[in-house]
Amino acid sequence: MNCRAEVLEVSVEGRQIEEAMLAVLHTILLHRSTGKFHYKKEGTYSIGTVGTQDIDCDFIDFTYARVSSEELDRALRKAVGEFKDALRCSGSDGIGQISLEFYQKKKSRWPFSDECIPWEVWTIKVNVVNLANEQERQICREKVGEKLCEKIINIVEVMNRHEYLPKMPTQSEVDNVFDTGLKDVQPYLYKISYQITDSLGSSVTTTMRRLIKDTLAL
Amino acid sequence: MDTDLNSQDRKDLDKFIKFFALKTVQVIVQARLGEKICTRSSSSPTGSDWFNLAIKDIPEVTHEAKKALAGQLPAVGRSMCVEISLKTSEGDSMELEIWCLEMNEKCDKEIKVSYTVYNRLSLLLKSLLAITRVTPAYRLSRKQGHEYVILYRIYFGEVQLSGLGEGFQTVRVGTVGTPLGTITLSCAYRINLAFISTRQFERTPPIMGIIIDHFVDRPYPSSSPMHPCNYRTAGEDNGAAYPSVEDSQEVCTTSFSTSPPSQLIVPGKEGGVPPVPSQPAHGTQADHERMVMCTPLDGALYSAATPSSSEDTETVSNSSGGKSGSPHDLLETIFVRKVGAFVNKPINQVTMASLDIPFAMFAPKNVELEDNDPMVNPPDSPDVESPLQGSLHSEGSSGSSSGNTHDDFVMVDFKPAFSKDDILPMDLGTFYREFQNPPQLSSLSIDIGAQSMAEDLDSLPEKLAVHEKNVREFDAFVETLQ
Repeated sequence: MNCRAEVLEVSVEGRQIEEAMLAVLHTILLHRSTGKFHYKKEGTYSIGTVGTQDIDCDFIDFTYARVSSEELDRALRKAVGEFKDALRCSGSDGIGQISLEFYQKKKSRWPFSDECIPWEVWTIKVNVVNLANEQERQICREKVGEKLCEKIINIVEVMNRHEYLPKMPTQSEVDNVFDTGLKDVQPYLYKISYQITDSLGSSVTTTMRRLIKDTLAL
Repeated sequence: MDTDLNSQDRKDLDKFIKFFALKTVQVIVQARLGEKICTRSSSSPTGSDWFNLAIKDIPEVTHEAKKALAGQLPAVGRSMCVEISLKTSEGDSMELEIWCLEMNEKCDKEIKVSYTVYNRLSLLLKSLLAITRVTPAYRLSRKQGHEYVILYRIYFGEVQLSGLGEGFQTVRVGTVGTPLGTITLSCAYRINLAFISTRQFERTPPIMGIIIDHFVDRPYPSSSPMHPCNYRTAGEDNGAAYPSVEDSQEVCTTSFSTSPPSQLIVPGKEGGVPPVPSQPAHGTQADHERMVMCTPLDGALYSAATPSSSEDTETVSNSSGGKSGSPHDLLETIFVRKVGAFVNKPINQVTMASLDIPFAMFAPKNVELEDNDPMVNPPDSPDVESPLQGSLHSEGSSGSSSGNTHDDFVMVDFKPAFSKDDILPMDLGTFYREFQNPPQLSSLSIDIGAQSMAEDLDSLPEKLAVHEKNVREFDAFVETLQ
């Protein structure tokens, strides 16, 4: 099975990084989350309900809809916050990328650890610009808002191709496909990682892999 | 040809399409109310949420949608359309968007109705939630209030795009293949927002008339009336006659659900992938009165269990209360009001130029617009020096649809970060500009001060003479103090 890879690029000002990343990641996860599965006897299950809420950005003329789940929002904010800090520490011409990877777990025999097989990876390349005055910032608010609209349309287009999705799992295998740790929604298993390129662009100075769900522990 | 589709699947599919159409209308209209929408996730299925999504049902909107459908379903050549338009306080109107739910002839015979089609329709609704926030009309609808309102109209039949002006853009939300055809959801939106009217913008009272009077004459004789995208809370709803229970004109009088299949249950097998049964186990339907068994692609049986309730109540999701007055109970929806339609802003204290009207650039010049204010109308930035121009042209992404180019309509509104106008009628920037130069206190004026000083000096000898006469009184007063 080949992993589907999608790449998006945005140019934002420093203070817009967080909101732009959250908008894109939340839009992807809105499509990749279901209600909680409740398994019953005889192997049947019922599905909970996913709520949504609109979020206005403060630094971008943009509003996006996300899943109503504080836990999910916190997890994303944590990852995006680290990415933003790393980007801003890297130098004035920071270029970086943040990746959202959906994967399935495949059980392996002892002593081998479970294998994580990605089936969809979204990469967002970020180019941080520095603006000189408030007038340029004002224009940037709108331009970035328009660009994010385009990105949302791109994401929706990919989602509605109805390409490979993991099969609905049985109760014993649900943790291999879905993240069942949240109390109100159930996204597909995902992890977020990022890379920062320094201003020279020639080498990767910092590569950090941050696992939201630790799947590699034995 | 649907000879391959058994009757139960056909009934299920018709029901899915019907409720998908109703939910689509709800999502679109609610996204144009001018408020942020918030619904809660629920880990336990409530039995009333179609497509496992918390989408509230506004009874008026459902009523209009059902009226437009008139018992039919979207089919080839018969599309369900939601038209979003803008109407100003002067009565000028302009179509902004047409959302189309269409069906074409391309069938997918192999697809499983109760599982795959259902889940894909759910995904399509999520996409609709995302797309309704990115078209240009969304930002216009968030600012509606005094100067204009957003109206919606639902019609069924041929799509009418002529009102969108030249060069309108189209965005496809998504498609879902079914055994009867492929459902396509798309939006055509206007990009030329230059206002045609030659009337001047004047200070007018809130357009109460339009809000109260729903029915506006349209050029198309057979078209349905326009309605404001204006949400009224359950308390304000005076129990309008919107029949929600036992609608005898329902197309799908199946026994599928009085509550939607959010109670879909999957009898997954333990220890491996179960074999794919060739026929859904409808035999079980005899045992459970409203149990539908369908076979998903992965082989697990996927059934819909509905609670036993009255069979012929074809209610829409959460209208199980049976009354039109308060159907909002099951979904805990929180509407965050930003600008209410009936809010009385102290408009006489605020100049025209400081309001967020989208057509400010077309307002007459007799009003002091901030044409020369660089904060509102920024000069063109140089093409070469500014890093902004070069770096904002991102090359990535294979998006086939173009962005929202507002070539004819640019409004640069200075918004300080974190500014909100929920409490004050003007934002921080406007307030700051208003009170930046207060008038000088008259007592501090040099001319007046100098004038009074001269007068004082002239009258000084007279005052001294008077006081000298009263010396004895002053001395007596001083002695009393000691």
